[in-house]
Amino acid sequence: MDTNQYLEMFLEESKEHLQACNEQLLELEKNPDDLAIVNEIFRAAHTLKGMSATMGYEDIANLTHKMENVLDAIRNSKIRVTSEILDVVFESSDALEEMVIDIEEGGTGKKDVEKLVTMLNQIEAGKSPLEAVVEKTEQTETVEESAGLVYDDFEQTVVSQSIEQGFHAFELKVILRDDCLLKAARVFMVFEILEKAGEIIKTFPTVERLENEEFDNQFTVVIVTKEEAEELQAKVHKVSELEKAEIRPVQFQSAAMETAVTTETQIAAPVSTPAKQSAKKEPAKTENGAAKRSNSTHSANKTIRVNIDRLDVLMNLFEELVIDRGRLQSIAAELQNPELNETTERMTRISGDLQNIILNMRMVPVETVFNRFPKMVRQLARDLDKKINLEIIGAETELDRTVIDEIGDPLVHLIRNALDHGVESPAERIAAGKPEEGTVTLRAYHSGNHVFIELEDDGAGVNRARVLKKAIERGIVTDEIAETLTDKQVAELILSSGFSTAEKLTDVSGRGVGLDVVKSTIESLGGHISIESKEGQGSLFQVQLPLTLSIISVMLVQMQKEIFAVPLSSIIETAIIQNADILNAHNQRVIDFRGKIVPLVDLREIFDTGLPEEQEELKSVVIVRKGENLAALVVDSFIGQQEIVLKSLGNYLQSVFALSGATILGNGQVALIVDCNALIK
Amino acid sequence: MTTELENKVMKTIVFQLLDKEYAIEVDVVQSIEKLLLMTITRIPGVPSYVKGVINLRGMVTPIVDLRNRFDLPEMEYNDNTRIIIVNLENFDVGLIVDDANDVIDIPVNALESQPEVVGSVESEFVAGVAKIEKRLLVMLNLDHVLRPIRNVNADEN
Repeated sequence: MDTNQYLEMFLEESKEHLQACNEQLLELEKNPDDLAIVNEIFRAAHTLKGMSATMGYEDIANLTHKMENVLDAIRNSKIRVTSEILDVVFESSDALEEMVIDIEEGGTGKKDVEKLVTMLNQIEAGKSPLEAVVEKTEQTETVEESAGLVYDDFEQTVVSQSIEQGFHAFELKVILRDDCLLKAARVFMVFEILEKAGEIIKTFPTVERLENEEFDNQFTVVIVTKEEAEELQAKVHKVSELEKAEIRPVQFQSAAMETAVTTETQIAAPVSTPAKQSAKKEPAKTENGAAKRSNSTHSANKTIRVNIDRLDVLMNLFEELVIDRGRLQSIAAELQNPELNETTERMTRISGDLQNIILNMRMVPVETVFNRFPKMVRQLARDLDKKINLEIIGAETELDRTVIDEIGDPLVHLIRNALDHGVESPAERIAAGKPEEGTVTLRAYHSGNHVFIELEDDGAGVNRARVLKKAIERGIVTDEIAETLTDKQVAELILSSGFSTAEKLTDVSGRGVGLDVVKSTIESLGGHISIESKEGQGSLFQVQLPLTLSIISVMLVQMQKEIFAVPLSSIIETAIIQNADILNAHNQRVIDFRGKIVPLVDLREIFDTGLPEEQEELKSVVIVRKGENLAALVVDSFIGQQEIVLKSLGNYLQSVFALSGATILGNGQVALIVDCNALIK
Repeated sequence: MTTELENKVMKTIVFQLLDKEYAIEVDVVQSIEKLLLMTITRIPGVPSYVKGVINLRGMVTPIVDLRNRFDLPEMEYNDNTRIIIVNLENFDVGLIVDDANDVIDIPVNALESQPEVVGSVESEFVAGVAKIEKRLLVMLNLDHVLRPIRNVNADEN
């Protein structure tokens, strides 16, 4: 079979399932008794097994199969969840991930999984008898109670509501005689009786199958009725060719009243039972039941996969549309034809909406980056022998796809740093009067045109003296400067290159090459990183990022006939100053801006646009900043604020002074984007 | 083997600069645009032969004036002036030429190395010359003509 065309889909879905697996495993670690979670994992593993077997990746299929066996044993309470078991399962899922990545990179997806398989086999077989017995008795009860049928949410609600209203809910198991000839007719008769007595909620097998006689010789009906059990049973028994009819109340009713969590467990548990009982008749049953539930939870969020390249093409096409729209507008303005004007206006509005939609399509929740962290933190905490609780807040915050792709590695660095250097060992923490378990909070939120990602830990914080000592040793600052630095500035020293304060170098967070790389990556994304730290209380790393790399807000300014764009993210404010306000300070013209001396930079000189012929009385300036430093850029006039699509100047013009790119304006012309960082030292 | 080589032809786009005809391989040419229909945005601080950038159907494309690049006298752009958009390995660039109106097959064996004196065009820019009937075509070495502009000062010779 030619499977190439499915490869991409396989990869995407495998990753999704593995991610689900990982998340659920972490959940399971917290709630080892929650069988619903085991089921989720089982389902993910099962799907993965099926897909990989179809695609011919045997190692993946083999490993998932063993994983499945272990999970199956867990949910049948043959073995108990322990951290050793979880470790092996985690390791297996890591191996699976590696294989999937290998396939993605063009490999064969082969890997030696023998060791893991053996371990899984051992787990599956090696059960500690004492625990198993205890578990078994507990489990037998649940199985007994709810044997037979799986109820979905809807059915449960119906049943529990009926019970509240004074109805009875029964499971009626009808067994036909072996020599029964017209099974469908008997079924029909039973149904007729039941329908008179109450309402049939569910049958197993389904009604269609019953009508087509696609069942052995027994079937189960769930009915809600006001009649008593004996009464009903007696009525059903009147149908001839019946072996017997067993009746009993629907079982989950008590559970349904309890909290949602227990309900989950209860429904989840029996899923396995019918699968076993009717394994031959209905091998797909577990799948069906499970799939049904997952569908109901995900139906609110229907999505299709679209290649990002296609979105880029769409965006480019749309930009051309915008340009033509601009032309149309100017033609309409010339012709002054009311109908043309009206149509153009409508088109403008519609294309405005379209623009928003297209831009939003490229937005991805930051979750896609965050969701790999819990597992990483778990592993790191183990390696470092620390107890760490990772809290993630605001994972739904959206960012442009391009930023998402870049932000992962810097965040990994920061988290590693926080775990390695930030949070202390349990012993140290207890000595410092802190809870043994350290808390690391990863937070994302929108503010204005930016997204903030913060990493906060309640660890040791930045030790001023130690950082300064190192910084002086490494020649990053001099003694004199060191004394004048604020705590914040000292903390930010750890972002300088060639800095490492960990007295013991570990392989967890690099050798001092980490944080400066983080800083430069973030700055190359047009972002900014800052640190706040209180010694002994913890640190807060704050990363500020533009919402998107491709669309930015700018202030358009005019210099003679040319239009330039200044990114709003670096503008503090615009002002009009009088010539008299300009002071000369040592060959440098400066202005007094709100009590601060700010150097004046005439953009018209820097960009060679030529100066206005007449002497200006007033000058328009844009105050921009880079970190703490300000500069006042002189321009001819302001045009206004606009959202623009950022385009690079391409590889031919690899570095042009003080320009960070270009954009296409509504009239189709190219405007250059000023790089304020280059203008401020 | 020899006959095969003799029969092999190279399809080229021929354009004019001053009184000479130049040729570039058709494979690298994306399109030919009329200069007067384009608005060029000047870029400050780059060598003078980089005239700026244009919006080429949504792509910001740098424009190089070949007359200026070859130190030929500049002239006013007119209705014939064309921008030839070429796709090189890593980037697209538009070349301003006086006129472009011919596609010629050059047999590979008609290409000769450049004669000692070929006018004012620097030799590193020329890949060879070909004489087709009575026309002399100068094949350009675009990789040299369009060396990426990294350090503005170093390139401005």
